[in-house]
Amino acid sequence: MLLRGKAHKFGDDINTDYIISGKYKFKTLDMNELAKHVMEDLDPHFYSKITPGDILEAGKNFGCGSSREQAPLAIKFSKISCVLASSFARIFYRNAINTGLPVIECDTTGIESGDELKIELEKGVVINITKNETIIAQPLPSFMIKILNDGGVVKHFQRYSDLKFNV
Amino acid sequence: MGKTITEKIFSNHCQRDVKAGDLVIAPLDFIMGQDGTAPLAIKSYSDMKPQYIASSKIAFVIDHSAPSPNEGVSALHKLMRDFAKKNKIQLYDIGEGVCHQLLPEKGHVVPGDLVIGADSHTCTYGAINAFSTGVGSTDLAVAMASGKLWFKVPETIKIELSGNLPYNVFAKDLILYLIGKIKADGATYNAIEFTGDTISSLSIDNRFTISNMAIEMGAKTGLMEVDEKTEKWLAKHAKKPYQSVKPDPDAKYKDIKKYDVSDLSPQVACPHTVDNVKPVEEVEGTEINQCFIGTCTNGRLTDLRVAANILAGKKVHPEVRLIIAPASRQIYLKAMEEGIIQTLVKAGASIVTPGCGPCVGTHNGIPADGEKVLSTANRNFKGRMGNNKAFIYLASPATVAFSALKGAIADPRKI
Repeated sequence: MLLRGKAHKFGDDINTDYIISGKYKFKTLDMNELAKHVMEDLDPHFYSKITPGDILEAGKNFGCGSSREQAPLAIKFSKISCVLASSFARIFYRNAINTGLPVIECDTTGIESGDELKIELEKGVVINITKNETIIAQPLPSFMIKILNDGGVVKHFQRYSDLKFNV
Repeated sequence: MGKTITEKIFSNHCQRDVKAGDLVIAPLDFIMGQDGTAPLAIKSYSDMKPQYIASSKIAFVIDHSAPSPNEGVSALHKLMRDFAKKNKIQLYDIGEGVCHQLLPEKGHVVPGDLVIGADSHTCTYGAINAFSTGVGSTDLAVAMASGKLWFKVPETIKIELSGNLPYNVFAKDLILYLIGKIKADGATYNAIEFTGDTISSLSIDNRFTISNMAIEMGAKTGLMEVDEKTEKWLAKHAKKPYQSVKPDPDAKYKDIKKYDVSDLSPQVACPHTVDNVKPVEEVEGTEINQCFIGTCTNGRLTDLRVAANILAGKKVHPEVRLIIAPASRQIYLKAMEEGIIQTLVKAGASIVTPGCGPCVGTHNGIPADGEKVLSTANRNFKGRMGNNKAFIYLASPATVAFSALKGAIADPRKI
């Protein structure tokens, strides 16, 4: 999977309440509607700044807090193609893989907002085209790549009628 | 090589030797969804078109917006009720209580179990020796459709606690202190084992408070061993046989942390992160507008009793609203039998339906812009209580009750 887009930088400990406020998640299952409110407590106009394929980038412990899957879904439906962070909170990480939102744990300190990035997901390589730098990340386990390539665990399940590690 | 509690529970469930770091697909003993997460799981489940549903192992709890505050939520609640009825799933409707109180209270979870819940505070049942962890809605859907889930077996951090907690210092102060030390991401991807004579000295209610907040350090679960107190508690609640799990003496830990809590002060988590923890002395006198006692952290009978003892025969400060939500109907009833509810209401408290509402900002006490709230909940993120211009402080039920009388954050050791 090859991803390309410009970076939007956020800080450390971005919790799920910031990603999508709890007050919206109980109201609707319409993800396109939720996506309009993505990150709005940190940047009220964030949604309008996204070009499809853009990449969200953050520091440590991205997605900490509640288990709301509306967090990765709001990001995914806002047309962000991938989240890079120096570390992720574990429930967010699971939810991202399960819903088909690529996530990569890597050193994000040198990436700035607006940098053009290219990501080779299977290899775990992030290329900062603007700065002419290459960041090597820990590649995702093949099982997770499989789920992402299937389009999330729901589609994986539709295809195999079960959870399968080795297919 | 010895094993941690986590490695043993996963080995038992996978019927082979597994160790930290292994990626496994494991059968689950119990599966929970609440009204913030189950609707999306029902949608995913339906999209998956599965042939099976693990009905007997599932419970749905309507607690996050209960009773429904608007028609959008009502539709989601109806979706849950209809799905549960059709698929013979146990549903705990409005007023039954908070999911993390109900699952152990109703005997759905016992020691040695592997449990998932689509709620981040599912780690609570670690206090009764179950590996329980929070997941999202799609994980819940997969679990419902297959009775199992994928896991990376986590490494374990052991936290050894020694010393008796001082007068009017409680389990909540202890866990806030630990979060302040270990920080919000200090245990990410890891399991925690809480051990030591401090844990032995605590009631099961108080142990739940500690395990409940393991997630606030990023942990996957917060486990404790079974002792006589646990056995006694389980004798009243457990509905199935169980085998408790102890770590091996030579188990391999990622880290071992030791704390003596004999001199611990009451602790307060300050806005807007749970790990922004200060001893009460540093924030004493901070004026507050609203107090909240309840939640899966501190809405248990022990907590209400502590609050009632402090509020008995007194009046809440005229400029403070005190909102109280018992964690379950059973707790509510017991608190009524003991006269606790009467004491609290006489003191000026508003009792709301057992559930999550105020904590998660869906209804029942949303603060105004600029207001300060002192709460027994587990999160104080910006916007958590439904207003991102409010300020939330977290403390023990004793600190909250005493502060409600004073109109400002107060030190319960001065009672």
